[in-house]
Amino acid sequence: MNGTPRATLELRGVSKNFGSVQALREVDFEVRDGEVMALVGDNGAGKSTLIKCVAGIYSIDDGQILFDGKPVTIHGPKDAAKLGIEVVYQDLALCDNLDVVQNMYLGREARDPIFRLREAPMEQRTAETLKSLSVTTIRSVRQPVATLSGGQRQSIAVARAVLWNNRVVFLDEPTAALGVAQTRQVLDLVTRLAEQGLAVVLVSHNLVDVFEVATRISVLRLGRNVGVYEKGKTNQQEIVEAITFGTPAAEEPGVVA
Amino acid sequence: MSSAAPAEIQAAAEDQDSIAAIVRARWAAIRSGDVGSLPVIIGIVAITLFFSSKTSIFFTAVNFQNLIGQMAGPTVIAIGVVFVLLIGEIDLSIGFLSGLAGVAVAYYQQAGTGHDYPGLIALALAILTGIVVGFTQGSIVAFIGVPSFVVTLAGLLICQGLILKILGTEGVIGIQDKQINDIANYVLSPNTGWAVAIIFTVMLAAAAFGSYFNRRRAGLPTGNVVLTVVRVAFFAGLAFAAVHVCNQAQPRPGVPLVGLIVVFLVVLAGYVAGRTTFGRHVYAVGGNAEAARRAGINVKLIRILVFMISGAMAAMGGVILASRLNGISLESAGGGTILLDSISAAVIGGVSLFGGRGRVSGALFGGLIIGMIANGIDLVGYTDAIKLITTGAILLAAVTLDTVLRRRQAAAGR
Ligand SMILES: Nc1ncnc2c1ncn2[C@@H]1O[C@H](COP(=O)(O)OP(=O)(O)OP(=O)(O)O)[C@@H](O)[C@H]1O
Ligand SMILES: [Mg+2]
Repeated sequence: MNGTPRATLELRGVSKNFGSVQALREVDFEVRDGEVMALVGDNGAGKSTLIKCVAGIYSIDDGQILFDGKPVTIHGPKDAAKLGIEVVYQDLALCDNLDVVQNMYLGREARDPIFRLREAPMEQRTAETLKSLSVTTIRSVRQPVATLSGGQRQSIAVARAVLWNNRVVFLDEPTAALGVAQTRQVLDLVTRLAEQGLAVVLVSHNLVDVFEVATRISVLRLGRNVGVYEKGKTNQQEIVEAITFGTPAAEEPGVVA
Repeated sequence: MSSAAPAEIQAAAEDQDSIAAIVRARWAAIRSGDVGSLPVIIGIVAITLFFSSKTSIFFTAVNFQNLIGQMAGPTVIAIGVVFVLLIGEIDLSIGFLSGLAGVAVAYYQQAGTGHDYPGLIALALAILTGIVVGFTQGSIVAFIGVPSFVVTLAGLLICQGLILKILGTEGVIGIQDKQINDIANYVLSPNTGWAVAIIFTVMLAAAAFGSYFNRRRAGLPTGNVVLTVVRVAFFAGLAFAAVHVCNQAQPRPGVPLVGLIVVFLVVLAGYVAGRTTFGRHVYAVGGNAEAARRAGINVKLIRILVFMISGAMAAMGGVILASRLNGISLESAGGGTILLDSISAAVIGGVSLFGGRGRVSGALFGGLIIGMIANGIDLVGYTDAIKLITTGAILLAAVTLDTVLRRRQAAAGR
């Protein structure tokens, strides 16, 4: 532990139950500045739950979350945002009735001291951000999100996460609804964010994408750690096996690598 | 696409702001279910034509003045309804809560009782009553998660019970306080009316052109400037026309103060809903409460505040209704069609029952339609039975339209 660079965000022994369903069982997880950590696992493995625990949507039942090596408690989305943790949710979490600008700034609107909205700067920044992400198919940033296609909505959700100065960005299957070109954009963006020094966590079922952008790969299975793999020292075959069967080390919960 | 020169893109952008393009876009929006204020305009014209053909009194200055007084109460209550509907909830307590506030204002000014406060204090206490009830209901909805339908139904009964208890022995409290009676009955002098119209126009123009130049300076699309001018001119024209008509009314020419109060509250509430972070969060909670929560919005707080607004507006409306009758009685306190009239006003004004869609100004236009119908039916001399059936039918039509349009928008959306 001493020789390795310190994790930006670290989970130690985190558990989360939904009634009798144990979604996470003593899960360890970490991501460092400047790396893309892929988080993979079968449906129901607990990937989204892990993200929501870090984002303050769910409270954890057991374990610890450390940020820059210090234990933190995350009680709500505001706490997570304050630490610089940004999330693109699998279900996007957009308000259909609001327009693109309003969604991009939701909960963090630019305002003057008497709570009046400052629309012009918000609209400008939105347009700039979308342009920098090469999102060109959206006609107007003032159209309601309900009128956008699935991929366009996904682009908005991704753009929202990069609008702010963050430390850690989670992307929960950000390319699931995207076309070839848009997928390319998002993968490039993921790489670029890491190059800028951010810690990036990418959840994806597409191992080709994962192997292209990730530096390390964490595998979850049935809410437990299977292991963390260096991209250079593993292959798709091994990851697929870890996802579907787990590895011997993970069969015994007591053993932590 | 890739061969498009910058000049062409520029031209296309300017093209978007041309009148023809705007009309085309508007027409497309209507066809996809976003009808805007079209049903309201059609409704107002149709109702005017119908009742004018039935009775010559309907389309007169004095009746217009009277209509303002008649619609004021339900319209103010409907402002609160708009907020509640925007977060996708319902408040059924507003009818009897308005009655309770009417009782409160009468009670607190009652001479020789030891609680005969000055009019404005009694008014403040009445509104405080509404806020407290709203806070209680909102907290139960937000923290415990009981459906607002049930919470406010209980609130309705409790308010009704309180009214019965307070008015019980006498059955009526008269209002002697001049300040309170003036709320619904004072008429501005004709010149004050003109001054108000001028101030209104200046503020309207300042808001519209302020935002126009703001956007232009920021290099953002501004919309068509001609259309902005036309819109300002239209609403300024309406204001001057209304003042002119009221100034013709005999025997007491002038704009009723209560009309000014209604417009002020609509503008203020519209500002809060449309231009502040709080308003933005109200729409967000109604559109997708989970997304709002994940964005760090305090959804519970928003819900509670909205029910407090609803309570305050119901109370203000109740005070107006009591002031209009110079007192409060078991018969007038919150019963009858007040609840349905207020909800109908908001829904007819284009506020969706499904949350997140609509504007505060809808309360004014919806209130106008509801008021015109009630007024016309009274003038023609139809019975209460007809009044109830008509109000019910119109509410049903508005809700049906809302549902159909929503489905249509959803179908066109994706
Ligand atoms: N709100 C909830 N209430 C109850 N159970 C839940 C809830 N959220 C998740 N679960 C359960 O927790 C487990 C992990 O779910 P999670 O959504 O984290 O999986 P995932 O790895 O993201 O899967 P996918 O790849 O399908 O998105 C599942 O068994 C799921 O049924
Ligand atoms: Mg998931």
